[in-house]
Amino acid sequence: MAMDSPFGLLAELTYRCPLACPYCSNPLNLADYGDELTTEEWLRVLTEAGGLGVLQCHLSGGEPLLRRDLVAIVAHAHDLGLYTNLITSALGFSGTRAKELRAAGLDHVQVSIQADEPAMSDRIAGVPSFRRKVEAMGVVKELGWPLTMNVVLHRYNIDRVAEVLALAEEVGADRVELANTQYYGWAWRNRAALLPSRSQLEAAEGVVRAASERLRDRMAIIYVIPDYYSRYPKPCMGGWASRQLTVTPNGDVLPCPAAQSLPLPRASVREDSLERIWTDAPVMNAFRGTDWMPEPCRGCPRREVDFGGCRCQAFQLTGDAARTDPVCHLSPDHELVTRAVEAANSPSGKGRPPLVPRPHQVRRPAGQAGRPPNTRVG
Amino acid sequence: MDATPTGTHRTSTVAVTGSDRPRLARHARLGFDRTRQRRILLHPEAVVVLNDSGAAVLDLCDGRRTVTEIVSELSGRYQRVPDAEVRLFLSRLVARRYVELGGRRGEGAGDGDG
Repeated sequence: MAMDSPFGLLAELTYRCPLACPYCSNPLNLADYGDELTTEEWLRVLTEAGGLGVLQCHLSGGEPLLRRDLVAIVAHAHDLGLYTNLITSALGFSGTRAKELRAAGLDHVQVSIQADEPAMSDRIAGVPSFRRKVEAMGVVKELGWPLTMNVVLHRYNIDRVAEVLALAEEVGADRVELANTQYYGWAWRNRAALLPSRSQLEAAEGVVRAASERLRDRMAIIYVIPDYYSRYPKPCMGGWASRQLTVTPNGDVLPCPAAQSLPLPRASVREDSLERIWTDAPVMNAFRGTDWMPEPCRGCPRREVDFGGCRCQAFQLTGDAARTDPVCHLSPDHELVTRAVEAANSPSGKGRPPLVPRPHQVRRPAGQAGRPPNTRVG
Repeated sequence: MDATPTGTHRTSTVAVTGSDRPRLARHARLGFDRTRQRRILLHPEAVVVLNDSGAAVLDLCDGRRTVTEIVSELSGRYQRVPDAEVRLFLSRLVARRYVELGGRRGEGAGDGDG
């Protein structure tokens, strides 16, 4: 089987977070990730990743700024020649910390914001945070970083996409990512509430198209489509364990963060080297290439375009990770997606449950011993 | 919506002219990949593995040289540097926001320290 070196490492440093967004893709069993890797373990993971051919390091979570050793982690990644990308809520991105990160060689900052104005943004985030985010984006620009503003779109904020783009312009973002919610983790749990209607999407896409043209010379607009509404599935991760790998806060290695939900044997950097895991671990080889594919993927001319879509979505919707992603209109299970879309377009709003916020803290089950977390949630 | 296979919105293509002054976008930088022994272009969401001539073009994209000047400078080094190929290469990178064209309408000034 052809196997390339991975280009990118997604380092999920912690699942602790000051926000409580209901669209969070972190796992539901947050408490299982409380035993976080130590600084030394993360530095070793980065060294091994560099040796494996990784060129980009995305530092994410949860909120990566809750790790007190973030500057040391960035500095090490930078010394290895990796392009470092911080994906943050910006809570805790103080002037001092920002300067330390700049000096450590951090290349790029992505700041999430939940809407274009404080009331809605704070309501979705679950905490007052809008003002601090706007201030932090100012600090990013002041220190000379390229700034990406990240906005996850869903039923409650997608109608404000024009205002969101105006905010991105106002803060001087170089890039804005408008990502329709991907239904994993807490977002999966909240899917019925979050999935927008077709008319909402069409209106938003018109706005995005016009703005992309108008702002062409100033700002890159990346629009991630809502796959529930597309004919073909997304080419998830560019193919299973093909270009990227994820390390979770407790050291599990996965092809993508959502893959923790699949019934596959664990692989941990605490037990094996990253290289051996990338090459040999069953979790990496389960869906590599095209040999695992069932019909209709197996005979499909698009099998190496979208790789059968997302294994995690197939598992969530059908209980079998080896089926065609039901988002595909050719999937025998496509009805499962059609029904969710129909419910999202029903005018009555019947069956649209209230949003469940994700918890801030990783709480261990009572009585379970574990390493103390590196920092408290502030 | 016009979606690419990567699930992102396709940016419209940009015609690069001889008088454009290309430069790397603030969020992009050139690097060297030891594992693959190739020059690379790094970006928040992607990596482009470059061939020698692509890397040579990008080394000259400093926001001061025009495309015409870049082509003539490379002609001194390589046998044959087709102007149209350089412009096509750059226009693809402009469309993907790795490269910006300085001096065009709407361009902000004074961000040279990226």
